[in-house]
Amino acid sequence: MTTQQTAVRPGATLPGGRRPARPGRRRYDREQMLTAAVFLAPALIVLGVFVFYPILSAGQISLTSWNGFDPTKPFVGFDNYVRLTQDPEFWNSLLVTVLYAAGVCVLSVVSGLCVALLLDAPIRGLGIYRGIYFLPVVTSSVAAAIVWRYLLDPSGLVNGVLALFGVQGPDWLQDRWLALGALTLLTVWKNIGFNAVLYLTALQALPHSIYEAASLDGASGAQQLRHLTVPLLSPMTFFVVVQALITSFQAFDLVYVFTEGGPRGGTEVLGMFMYRTAFRLGEFGYGTAIAFVTLFLVLGVTLVQWRISGAEGNDR
Amino acid sequence: MKPRQLGVLARHAVLIAGSVLVVVPFLWMFTTSLQTRAETYTNTSILPTSWHWENYARAWQSAPFAQYYANSLIMAAGIVAGHLVFDSLAAYAFARLEFPFKRALFTVLLAGLMVPTFVTVIPAYAIVAQLGWIDSYTALIVPRLADVFGIILLRQYFATIPLELEEAARIDGCSRSGTFFRVVVPLSTPALATLAIFSFLFAWNDFLWPLLVTNNDDMRTIQLGLTSFVGRYGTSWNYLMAGTLTATVPSIVVFLFFQRALVRGIATTGLKD
Repeated sequence: MTTQQTAVRPGATLPGGRRPARPGRRRYDREQMLTAAVFLAPALIVLGVFVFYPILSAGQISLTSWNGFDPTKPFVGFDNYVRLTQDPEFWNSLLVTVLYAAGVCVLSVVSGLCVALLLDAPIRGLGIYRGIYFLPVVTSSVAAAIVWRYLLDPSGLVNGVLALFGVQGPDWLQDRWLALGALTLLTVWKNIGFNAVLYLTALQALPHSIYEAASLDGASGAQQLRHLTVPLLSPMTFFVVVQALITSFQAFDLVYVFTEGGPRGGTEVLGMFMYRTAFRLGEFGYGTAIAFVTLFLVLGVTLVQWRISGAEGNDR
Repeated sequence: MKPRQLGVLARHAVLIAGSVLVVVPFLWMFTTSLQTRAETYTNTSILPTSWHWENYARAWQSAPFAQYYANSLIMAAGIVAGHLVFDSLAAYAFARLEFPFKRALFTVLLAGLMVPTFVTVIPAYAIVAQLGWIDSYTALIVPRLADVFGIILLRQYFATIPLELEEAARIDGCSRSGTFFRVVVPLSTPALATLAIFSFLFAWNDFLWPLLVTNNDDMRTIQLGLTSFVGRYGTSWNYLMAGTLTATVPSIVVFLFFQRALVRGIATTGLKD
């Protein structure tokens, strides 16, 4: 959110509310400027060379048919972007990603909020619960995906449990919709602790006086939840949703190990599609175009979200 | 029983049910890692029934896990050290020093956070390849010596340190950099610890970048080693789980020891954002 706020009003005041000594003309201390230059140089050089220059460079590469090896990068204009619109694999990947992202966003908010609400009380063992729910967060995507592959194996634990109830479990990762569902649940499972901690922080920062007033007015617990807690948490919900969006639009490790994008493209999210295009098929120009489209999608959806949550704020 | 106690009890019941869902995969991983291959196909018990610790030795011998482990540790150490030094220097400049285009520069850094790794990864790979860094620790470490997240985290923390402390040091004749190293850094150990933990977990669990810049098995990190292990021993679940568990232990140990710092970090950056 800071990003948007800063972008909306650039240069209004200096940080910390300090104003320049003379309007229009700022005077800088030589020693400070020199120190700043020395202090900033290492980080800015690394970030400049390996993050910011690549962003610009990517824009240029996406307009070429570069194969990643040749010294020449043949310029093809917007051909890669036009080709995207006609590529059924891209549309499949986009559909998969949108469904995946929608599922991850909704379930992240619901699960994170539920766990946080349960933990937001003077109960024993808070630290233990928090620790347990956090385990999947610190586990690597690779390890998580391997374990879940095993759990969902036809001879694995999930089907074993289903068999106890007399249900013949399916081969989860061989059906495209089941595989996508499993991937969604795996992602949510992995991040539930993270989202819960975010919501818990927001919950604990809410003023008690409002709830006391609501109780005095006779509002029930459910009413307080619906009309007070949920609206008051909307800034955090926005943050959780944006996080979930970025996670799902950037998803790669989990998918790579869990399903490799299969069965038959059923879980080929944009990250996987880009990796395959660029690094397996050697189409770096086309791959970069995919990455750029992903970037604009994330920015676009975030902006829409921002508007919606901003509007909500004004309604109150 | 009073309704209040009943409520607490219900809370615990739901939380425990949730915890079981979270923990079962880990428990199952542990149980399986101790079974014979035949048992992995017939087992129904969540808790270990047999104790074949030799599976761990077998898993480690069947792939160069020690090498993977060492590579990951070296990479993680380099990245953590880089973040601590580079990020804190830059963060101090943003928190305390006045220089031209400060605000614009910080905004650009923030905007960089929104850009998916995928946009930068192809050109960054091309640069590293051109420099001849493929299959080296340099490729694994140098491009990630600094990160925006750390700069933001530390800048926020530095801004909370009372300015008077620094001014006192300056009056006593301490230079800007002297103030930073002798006053600000010692006061910031909690924030630096938080950053170190985040950076370690990031490095240890990182996958895409090492996948791109290493081809040689000798340079693979633990996460890459695990995936190639899956490829080769896809159905030997007991060895696979033993390998996966040993690869996961460092993150879990770090997490258990530094849980507070980690959660605090998420809470502060989350709130601020």
